[in-house]
Amino acid sequence: MKDYKDAVLLLDDGTLFRGKAFGAVGTTGGEVVFNTSMAGYQEILTDPSYKGQLVCMTYPHIGNYGINASDVESVRPQVSGFIVREGCTLPSNWRAGDSLDKYLQQAGIVGIQEIDTRALTRHIREHGAKRGIISSEEVRPEKLRDRFETLPEMQGQDLVRHVTCREAYEWTEPLPETWYSAFERLEKAHVFERRHLVVIDCGVKQNILRWARSIGFRVTVVPAFENADQILRRKPHAVLVSNGPGDPEPVTYVIDTLRQLIGQTPLFGICLGHQLLGLALGGRTFKLKYGHHGGNHPVKNLLTGKVEITSQNHGFAVDPGTLPKNEIELTHVNLNDHTLEGFRHRNLPIFSVQYHPEASPGPHDSGYLFHELQNMVLNRSE
Amino acid sequence: MPQRKDLNKIMIVGAGPIIIGQACEFDYSGTQACRALKELGYDIVLVNSNPATIMTDPELADRTYIEPLTPEVVETIIARERPDALLPTMGGQTSLNIAVALAESGALENYGVELIGAKLEAIKRAEDRELFKLAMERIGLEMPKGGFAKSLDEAMEIVHQIGYPAIIRPSFTLGGTGGSVAYNVEEYKELVTRGLNASPIGEVLIEESILGWKEYELEVMRDLADNVVIICSIENLDPMGVHTGDSITVAPAQTLTDREYQRMRDAAIRIMREIGVETGGSNVQFAVHPDTGRMVVIEMNPRVSRSSALASKATGFPIAKMAAKLAVGLTLDEIQNDITGETPACFEPVLDYVVVKIPRWDFEKFPLADIRLGTQMKSVGEVMAIGRTFKEALQKGLRSLEKERYGLGADGKDRFPPFPEDDPHPEQSRQRIREGLRVPTNARIFYIRHAFRYGFSVDEIYELCRIDRWFLQQIQQIVALEDELRQAGKLELPKHRELLRRAKQFGFSDVQLAHISGMSEDEIRELRKQAGIVPVYKTVDTCAAEFRSQTPYFYSTYELENEAAPRDRKKIMILGGGPNRIGQGIEFDYCAVHAVLALKDEGYETIMVNCNPETVSTDYDIADRLYFEPLTFEDVMNIIDLEKPDGVIVQFGGQTPLKLALRLEKAGVPIIGTSPESIDLAEDRQRFEKLLASLGIRQPEAGTAFSFDDAKAIAERIGYPVLVRPSYVLGGRAMEIVYDADALKAYIDRATEVSPEHPILIDKFLEDAFEFDVDAIADGERVFIGGIMQHIEEAGIHSGDSSCMLPPYKLTAADEAILRQQTETLAKALNTVGLINIQFALKDGQIYVLEVNPRASRTVPFVGKATGVPMAKIAAKVMAGRQLREFSLPDTSNHRHMSCKTPVFPFNKFTGVPVYLGPEMKSTGEVMGIGDTFGEAFAKAQLGAGFRLPLFGAAAISVNDADKATVIPIARELARLGFRLKATRGTAQALRAAGLEVGILHKVNEGRPHIADAIINGDIQLVINTPLGRESRYDEYAIGAAALQRNIPCLTTLSAAAAAVQAIEFIQKQPFSVHCLQELYENGQ
Repeated sequence: MKDYKDAVLLLDDGTLFRGKAFGAVGTTGGEVVFNTSMAGYQEILTDPSYKGQLVCMTYPHIGNYGINASDVESVRPQVSGFIVREGCTLPSNWRAGDSLDKYLQQAGIVGIQEIDTRALTRHIREHGAKRGIISSEEVRPEKLRDRFETLPEMQGQDLVRHVTCREAYEWTEPLPETWYSAFERLEKAHVFERRHLVVIDCGVKQNILRWARSIGFRVTVVPAFENADQILRRKPHAVLVSNGPGDPEPVTYVIDTLRQLIGQTPLFGICLGHQLLGLALGGRTFKLKYGHHGGNHPVKNLLTGKVEITSQNHGFAVDPGTLPKNEIELTHVNLNDHTLEGFRHRNLPIFSVQYHPEASPGPHDSGYLFHELQNMVLNRSE
Repeated sequence: MPQRKDLNKIMIVGAGPIIIGQACEFDYSGTQACRALKELGYDIVLVNSNPATIMTDPELADRTYIEPLTPEVVETIIARERPDALLPTMGGQTSLNIAVALAESGALENYGVELIGAKLEAIKRAEDRELFKLAMERIGLEMPKGGFAKSLDEAMEIVHQIGYPAIIRPSFTLGGTGGSVAYNVEEYKELVTRGLNASPIGEVLIEESILGWKEYELEVMRDLADNVVIICSIENLDPMGVHTGDSITVAPAQTLTDREYQRMRDAAIRIMREIGVETGGSNVQFAVHPDTGRMVVIEMNPRVSRSSALASKATGFPIAKMAAKLAVGLTLDEIQNDITGETPACFEPVLDYVVVKIPRWDFEKFPLADIRLGTQMKSVGEVMAIGRTFKEALQKGLRSLEKERYGLGADGKDRFPPFPEDDPHPEQSRQRIREGLRVPTNARIFYIRHAFRYGFSVDEIYELCRIDRWFLQQIQQIVALEDELRQAGKLELPKHRELLRRAKQFGFSDVQLAHISGMSEDEIRELRKQAGIVPVYKTVDTCAAEFRSQTPYFYSTYELENEAAPRDRKKIMILGGGPNRIGQGIEFDYCAVHAVLALKDEGYETIMVNCNPETVSTDYDIADRLYFEPLTFEDVMNIIDLEKPDGVIVQFGGQTPLKLALRLEKAGVPIIGTSPESIDLAEDRQRFEKLLASLGIRQPEAGTAFSFDDAKAIAERIGYPVLVRPSYVLGGRAMEIVYDADALKAYIDRATEVSPEHPILIDKFLEDAFEFDVDAIADGERVFIGGIMQHIEEAGIHSGDSSCMLPPYKLTAADEAILRQQTETLAKALNTVGLINIQFALKDGQIYVLEVNPRASRTVPFVGKATGVPMAKIAAKVMAGRQLREFSLPDTSNHRHMSCKTPVFPFNKFTGVPVYLGPEMKSTGEVMGIGDTFGEAFAKAQLGAGFRLPLFGAAAISVNDADKATVIPIARELARLGFRLKATRGTAQALRAAGLEVGILHKVNEGRPHIADAIINGDIQLVINTPLGRESRYDEYAIGAAALQRNIPCLTTLSAAAAAVQAIEFIQKQPFSVHCLQELYENGQ
């Protein structure tokens, strides 16, 4: 078996895990979070919302089906570091190209394996999300401790500016038919050819764009810095404010934009976009102890009473008590911890969800929300 | 949605006897359903024919019926109980089939009984393959190409379109009975014919071969609000072509990308909705082409299943319990996840460990059986192992099987030397390895290791066996570490500390490490402890540690953090029985569970250790703490080191824990109840002989032989026939009756291979004796006799294979007094504290002791059900220090009703295996019949076992010379009851001489048409055929096989024949009455 270099994971409370290098050799730091998805590591790695985070996968075998060209959420891995129990060196799947190890090496992502990921997960669950440093260059913890001084806390950081696109672009790729064709009714697509969706890119996952395209929108992705005037000049039929990394509060420029867009155009927020909309509507956000990262969170739709199993990835949440009750109706709640998962405006075409209707990775239960977006636009323009 | 208030009384139908394809898992699901619905306040009516189940314990349901599971009997019970609803999804295919029959006959409607859990239309859409295929087409899902045939001609047409190999599946059978693969036209014709016969509706499905495709299962739940969740994904290590029940399976799926998995999930949800399973759990199977990803649907089961039991244990999500609650209207978001206690059940469990299930086969019981695995399930049990990696779980699973293997080889039991350089014929070995990889058998997993050792690459192995390369690579890593260990030689500290830790993380057992390093197991253990390499225990919590869990359900691994913090309470550990096997099954799980319940009741903290996922004992709701671990010395000691229990019970789990008893005791473990020393004494022939002699109790003359000459001398001294067997066996393994010296020699040549370290035991065989089983409890002072059972078959048939009657049907008061007195004497002499079982024989007015087992026996649950005395519970309390006088024990010598226990056999799964009984146990399970008379009880037991005794027709009789006189009154009775008599020449002469009218049948070697032809042609309705020794074996095989094929009762002993005649007379006269246990017990014995 291949011999891997020794590596360590040091948390800011001094907890140390010793393991072996995985991916690139080096040193990296970030907020340690755990994700409970048993598959979908490639989508997770490439999800820009993980910027600044060291992602610990709770499922012990990671890399089994390798890396393929299409299951990506952005063009490169975005995580700041990757933590697994056992990385796979010989992937097996008909679509597999490179091994995960090689892919991480090429992308320069520092990882660590052979650690007790369950113990780490339990530590985070009990003590909250922690900053951590992974190093396969320096395995003496006392030599790594200083680095925490330059490693910022997640709270208060604007990470959107690092992941948003530089220039606007049009998105044309639909959902891959192999995986969706049999199940999603996209029959209204033709009606939609002239409908324009502008997506504010706070670190958007490509599957949101694929969905939007598949239900017929012309999709333009714009940088998060674009202001309301610029966006309205694009004549959108709706604006989607995307997922993204970090704390929503310091992303004031998007919040300002949204404030101005309210009432001007239909709005749909996803994840960080949901938090930004919440802030724009006068609500507050707070940091969760260890966030929601996984593909099995039950969310109850308060309008239908039905439960959907959702894909989630967020460390902050909107405090429902701070939203103006006369304007905002709460629509979705998390059944595990009863945090807010979605709301809509009582009078305006605005709705948003904290979780990921585009899944990827995760269950497809919430794809209906894209149809709701579709209906919202249709109802308005007919 | 709140639970339904319009229902009060709900009927649950169990699965009946344990058979291949339907085992303890339905006791687990039925028990959960009973408990869940009772908790919700419903009255439960339970029907099952299997007395060895927890679900038939009188306290679980309000009204319990141990009755044959036929639509007629269940209808009788419905008429008597008038339930509001029938929940048919808990008792496997048996229960579902009964529900369908009752719905279609209009019985349910007549009595106003609603089907809950699954409606008739949904069951039919899922079960009828044609309707299912149409349903899949409607929702755009692919199935393998093919079609249905009701005749050979139709089948030929289909195969012209799809080509060979072709898969043949009979419609509406269980465990893939009759399913097969045909590679050529000759084979095809034969297999289609067999399939058409096996199908109750005479239909087979012919499908394109998807052999070698990857196989997956999803466990799905749906509630009335249309919430659907996937509880578990399972990937089969063995690709398509091997029945799932015979495959090594792994949870969760390992080699699917999220997109592939979600596509499968979407499909499963669509299927639930399209088939219309409104509530409860279902299982959907898929196949995926390894090179193209093409996905096809294989089938769905609209009920809980073996897989759902596995999924429940694998995830901690109790599917059957939830399914029962959903069936009465609750929705998933209204039910709490009781593992976490803080999150709802409406979610999808995630694992942070790997679960491996490995089947256990008992082919050595059926030496002529075809050991190749195919679409017909052949395994008799299974184990589950949990590890943090596949490697760890696989090796734990292999040692859990108790097949004398301690992991993936490297344990001194390998067929090939570890290195090809040491093999004088490496090329021949390579050829055998290739064959071993190509043909799926129970040994294939070991061949993968051999292949790596002999230099095969992952790709070469893949081409031969089509097991996904991911699994192969994992095994390659195990083999690579084995190499490292071999290079290291003797292990030393601190030099090999990391290597040792790594080996433990890869699941290597101490036995394997000892073998590889040339050290002893104890030395390895000591070394490990010195190095601080001891297992930690992690929790199965449904959520990968995202939430705190309330339920102490643990597995071991070698990592940083231990989560199992022992509590400071008086605690007793109960060792379970491991995988089901022939000779050790649900009866011992029943006993182990009773021990847990009784000791909880006494205020102890109970700790269960077991590795069988089918069982009630591994339900985390049963014991206070559950360790899902192999039952080897190493694994058990590790838990004991951590928990430090005040007592350990080894007497309730069958042979599995008993094998450990002496070693545990030597290690200072406090074993409570009868001492291992006493158990050992009873097993040790010579010491036991002395004991009996000193007590003045007679046993058949016997001797212990260490060589053939010894054996011959002993046999000649005591006189043939003799019963020979190796020492220390359960289920009469390798036991035979031999009639002369040649047979004795032939036997010893074979048997010494079976267990070289043990001598051969030789007993005088008491031909034509009656046998009795006695189950009793002793507390050191008093002895309580729970029941005396008389075997219906005479001595020589293994007691587990013999029907028996409680109370005895032919025993004088004087003889009974002797049995009782000898039982007491023996129990005291062995210092029994707890259960004891004694087998007696009665021949020519003389009583002999055949065997004494101071521990739980197979008949304990039956005795409990027949008498209403919870034998196992009382025994467990006695073992923990209570006295028998503290219990109010009924007088068990006075019975109002008769109870009959009858075994069921797996012969229909092993074509070509002779259908006859002997001293080696072959049955997989048992049923019970309760009646007011001997005839009724026997008739019901027969019906429960699947044999419908004929009311009229022709009886074929062929008996050996010794039986010719005795068969006459039986034949006369049959004639009186209106049966036409037919017999083979010799028998016919005897019967005619007695004045009976008899037609002649040819023996099989006398030319055609012969007796077997007559059976196959349907001219015979009942067969009485007693074995005549070697010459007639050929006849017996043919007759037995023919009878099996036509499902005609074939009685191989005259006592069974006599019983059958009484039973026929009973059922000719009147319909069955049904008895509710609670009433029987209330009325007293």
